[in-house]
Amino acid sequence: MQFLAVGKSVIRKEAWEKVTGQAKYTADISSPELLYGVIVTSTCAHGNIKQIDIETARSMPGVRAVITGDYYPILTGSVIKDRPPLASGKVRYYGEPVAVVVADTEAEAAAAALQVKVSYEELPTVNSPAEAIKANAPLLHEFVDQYQKSIPEVYPQANSNVVHHVKIRKGDLNKGWEDAEVVVEGSFTLPMSDHIAMETRNAMAHILSDGKIIIRTSSQAPFPVRKMISEQFGRDLGDVIVHVPLVGGAFGGKASVELEYLAVLASQAVGGRKVIISISREQDIASFPVKIALEARIKLGARRDGTLTAGEYTYLVGTGAYAESGPRMANAMAMSCTGPYKLDNVWCDALCVYTNHTYATAFRGFGHGSMTFAVERMMDKLAAALKMDPVQIRRKNAVKPGDTTPTQVELTESNLGNLQACIDKAETLINWEQGQVQYVGENKILARGVACFWKTSSSPTDALASAVVTFNSDGSANLQVGAVEIGPSTKTTLAQILAEKLSLDISRIHVEMEVDTGHSPHHWKTVASMSTFMVGRAVEEAADDALKQLLSLAAIAMVCAPEDLMVENGRIAYKDNPQEYIEFADIAHGYKHANGSTVGSQVIGRGSFVMPHLSPMDQETGKGKPGPYQTPGAQAVEVELNTADYTYRILKAVTVLDAGRVINPKAAQGLVMGAMSMGLGLATREELVFNQKQELSNTSLRTYKVMHIGQQPEYIVDWVETPNKAGPYGARGLAEHGILGIHAALLNALSKAAGVELDQLPVYAETIWKKVEEGRS
Amino acid sequence: MLQMIDEGLIELNINGETRKVLVRPADTLLFALRERLGLTGAKPGCENGDCGACTILLDGWPVKSCLMLAVEAVGHQITTIEGLENPPIQQAFVEKFAFQCGYCTPGFIMNCQGLINNHPEADEATINEWLQSNICRCTSYQEITAAIKSVLQKNPA
Amino acid sequence: MIPFDFSYYRPDSAGEAVALFQDLDAQGKKPLYYGGGTEIISMGRHNNVDTGAVIDIKSIPECGVQEFQDDSLVIGAGVTLTQIHEANLFPLLAQAGARVADHTTQNKITLGGNMCGSIVYRESLLPLLLTDCEVIIAGPGGNRNAPVNDIFDKQVQLNRGEVILQYRIPKSLVNSPHVHVKRTKSEKISYPLLTICALNSGQQVRFAFSGLCGYPFRSKEMEQALNDTSRPADERADHAISQLPEPMADNLESSAAYRQFVLKGSLVSILNELGG
Ligand SMILES: Cc1cc2nc3c(=O)[nH]c(=O)nc-3n(C[C@H](O)[C@H](O)[C@H](O)COP(=O)(O)OP(=O)(O)OC[C@H]3O[C@@H](n4cnc5c(N)ncnc54)[C@H](O)[C@@H]3O)c2cc1C
Ligand code: FES
Ligand code: FES
Repeated sequence: MQFLAVGKSVIRKEAWEKVTGQAKYTADISSPELLYGVIVTSTCAHGNIKQIDIETARSMPGVRAVITGDYYPILTGSVIKDRPPLASGKVRYYGEPVAVVVADTEAEAAAAALQVKVSYEELPTVNSPAEAIKANAPLLHEFVDQYQKSIPEVYPQANSNVVHHVKIRKGDLNKGWEDAEVVVEGSFTLPMSDHIAMETRNAMAHILSDGKIIIRTSSQAPFPVRKMISEQFGRDLGDVIVHVPLVGGAFGGKASVELEYLAVLASQAVGGRKVIISISREQDIASFPVKIALEARIKLGARRDGTLTAGEYTYLVGTGAYAESGPRMANAMAMSCTGPYKLDNVWCDALCVYTNHTYATAFRGFGHGSMTFAVERMMDKLAAALKMDPVQIRRKNAVKPGDTTPTQVELTESNLGNLQACIDKAETLINWEQGQVQYVGENKILARGVACFWKTSSSPTDALASAVVTFNSDGSANLQVGAVEIGPSTKTTLAQILAEKLSLDISRIHVEMEVDTGHSPHHWKTVASMSTFMVGRAVEEAADDALKQLLSLAAIAMVCAPEDLMVENGRIAYKDNPQEYIEFADIAHGYKHANGSTVGSQVIGRGSFVMPHLSPMDQETGKGKPGPYQTPGAQAVEVELNTADYTYRILKAVTVLDAGRVINPKAAQGLVMGAMSMGLGLATREELVFNQKQELSNTSLRTYKVMHIGQQPEYIVDWVETPNKAGPYGARGLAEHGILGIHAALLNALSKAAGVELDQLPVYAETIWKKVEEGRS
Repeated sequence: MLQMIDEGLIELNINGETRKVLVRPADTLLFALRERLGLTGAKPGCENGDCGACTILLDGWPVKSCLMLAVEAVGHQITTIEGLENPPIQQAFVEKFAFQCGYCTPGFIMNCQGLINNHPEADEATINEWLQSNICRCTSYQEITAAIKSVLQKNPA
Repeated sequence: MIPFDFSYYRPDSAGEAVALFQDLDAQGKKPLYYGGGTEIISMGRHNNVDTGAVIDIKSIPECGVQEFQDDSLVIGAGVTLTQIHEANLFPLLAQAGARVADHTTQNKITLGGNMCGSIVYRESLLPLLLTDCEVIIAGPGGNRNAPVNDIFDKQVQLNRGEVILQYRIPKSLVNSPHVHVKRTKSEKISYPLLTICALNSGQQVRFAFSGLCGYPFRSKEMEQALNDTSRPADERADHAISQLPEPMADNLESSAAYRQFVLKGSLVSILNELGG
């Protein structure tokens, strides 16, 4: 099939705004009416608040208000309502917001914030997920079972730090062990880390005298912001208006409602005046949600030929001091717990637990990355135990149509894609035939590692997206959607889908970048690599709706039946005589007869989409259909280890994934490469380090290290395209997936090169050295 | 002697224009550009010198505007992304898909422009040395490297 | 955002700067000399600087000099690490400076500021320590010259109100064979796990270190051990390590044990490269 816009590397619509500095993000406006909020945060990781002294701060120059937890005590959370926006009674992590100072200038607010004095009665801390489930562990939330639930499917355990427990019980595990000829076990640890979107979080709010709340925020989730604010402040949904302009990166970290509460509270405290809270990088890391920690244990059984017979998985998900979306990520890990392998006997327990650390939320991959690390390291251990080639064992067990997922969803070619084909391509691209380990010089070992992944979304079963297409009188079209442009070129990709459907040149499709809940069509939220899929489907429907209108107007103008017409290049022509046509421009705002009388009016197409047939996971067995389809893939890394000092250099990183259909090749490639880069950052340098008092030690980019230019390997991305029948033009999500297995592929390579088992992230030269030394003694 | 005791007006030369700006002596150049002049191309990403999102050119050399006082820039030529006149590096960033969210982009482009001006013959090592001053969290850097190389290669060395 | 206020002065001569300092000091302003300002601004953000006035030294003519004068290379305290790198008159210093922070920040960090700040690493100081250069200081008592190894001993040893104007580096040493090693935990743009500068003066190989202890240093004992040509390189390295002026640092960048392992490997390879 010949495409007009799909499959083309269309330059993103907002490209020139972005390279000229004209692109506006949330905090890129200043106005004399603006007041500034600065947050005071906890210096104690777990403690009762004895006293907060705000008197001095209140009397400082320029200060308009100082608020603390008592000001408007509410509990929030997208899964379970356990978190006060400002600590109330006690603090549960270092960096927790305890007060907000509002002043005329940011400097005045910051100066006053230094004068807010808080004293604490320190409590013992929970320092890791494993500690959280120990008998007699200190409790972060004494009445966790009494919190209000935001969704029904969350199962907190009274008198514990367990806020959620999800189970997979599939097949007969005992039989699986009986069938096993080899059994391997492993445990894995991943620390918390941070999203480090380059735009730090910020939000602005004001309240009109009629009660309307207007918010401008850097968010992936304008509609949830509207919903939560409307609930918590007792407003009609329509009386809360949320504006989201371009967002400077998010990676899941801007998918929950956080600063918006504080901005609204701050505005309320100053009579509704406009207040902006732009937090520092330090607060962005220490005080606002981060990536979960994971402690995993896996036990696999297999026949001697490599066939998996049994898998038992325990995932301890450290969500920090508050649940936010931690429980959902526990679900996500459980539902995909085996990795993309056929396994009929599966037992998984994923527990989401509290620790006295910064709380966690969604992070690119939504739990799948952490889970995949454990699974893929495990597959290499199994391969080693069986003396099998790591690629071979994956190929042997790779899921196929007809198999089922851990939640017992039947897999088809359409909803699964073709993992085998991905493995084959990745194997070639990494030159696997040259061997897994090569000695390439004095103290130099070159090693290769592979990993596979799969991911589906874990969206609510009623997640919804809509789109509206309006036509201009010159025949060009405007596309409005509720998806936020956080970077992946989502809006341009959607414009491509529309261009294709309308057979209109992409330059004639105009996309509104800003989302305004007051007039943008609804979209669940811009997460889970689901926007192209969900909103894309809505756009297709809107296009069909518009086309129907155009065709019926054209039929009037061209005196025929709509069925006799076809759409081509922004025109409608007779099917049997394409030489005769009418331009969109002549009918887009109605058709004007020669005598001046007009029939029809502006063409407005509307479309919407709800994820079909999803069902929640059963509490006892996990059975259910949490996501619409899988995106599978294979990854590989080539690394050179220097055995004199254990430093290493990553030379090559490969991802091959089944994209269904690649709508914008260069944009898609960029997303996958960016995700690989982030994954290699997690593998090699990123972690939040808490000291003995559980204070975060690395809150700045000086000490929290991300990948910089010049250290990246050569990135190679390739595709398999097995159409997803449910997706627009067959597309599957792909925005997160490059991150999922790349750390495992690297550690598989490094473990082989160094001859030690590296089961913990990140891996520094020192980590390898230590392992080698331990092995020696 | 140049001196500034309290908040007051200073004159800055920005993008070829003389602008009067009201600042405190303790205000950074980044603050003055964004909050007082509406030149929001320079972005705060850390305000600590670590990310490069706030990079501007000072007398042709890249400087992190969060690590410079506004008053310190008096007497110098400041160029912000808004002051660039369609240099090839912008086109190259567009063509090579060298950005996604775009937040780091003005800083990267200013640093690239500084490099192109000062070392049009820069080799890969020099490119890396300069651009390591900036962080991009969205791209893999491969795209950014491709963009700057494409411009440097076009320059008559 | 710096949450407190201070005044800014940019005097045109050293005399003016020193007089200003005394004046402001008498007013209780706790003045600070201001080089690149990178530390003053970044610590100021956290309210970790206590000052009511900064005195920018960048318009003092002596502070901006970078040239050979007679048998010395003279570098002003206000010269930035980038200017040093670009001029490349003293390659070891150029190299060491080019690994402090990142390139753009090097356009701002000054040679004097890197030495006088509170950061424990002060990596651009190492080459200066190796040359035994002379430091030219202006102060309330007039100008004075002193050897760098006197002015820097664990910390900067300046009297109140003194400002460093220049470094006079023996020309004979600037092109000596040298090695610069900076190792980080992982990310290249980072504080050092260790930094070593070594320079073969002709008579012996001199060594200066950063990252090993709470301050950069050059140690007679370690140099002696390392130059003991009667022993093989790896014994010399072990012996030198046993002479560290204080226990090996154990911090976020590295454990003491791994640091020792890296140090030893680096020393042996430097000895192999520079002889001695
Ligand atoms: C992103 C970043 C990363 C960094 N990484 C490193 C690193 O890896 N290694 C490293 O060594 N450093 C590093 N630093 C540099 C270090 O932290 C300081 O910021 C820098 O050394 C200060 O230099 P400056 O010229 O800006 O000094 P300023 O901030 O101007 O001054 C620092 C101190 O020195 C005093 N002072 C300045 N000049 C003089 C003078 N001529 N005479 C007397 N006193 C003077 C000032 O009063 C002040 O107390 C980094 C800095 C940044 C911003
Ligand atoms: S904001 Fe200036 S370097 Fe990050
Ligand atoms: S494009 Fe988003 S940080 Fe670079």
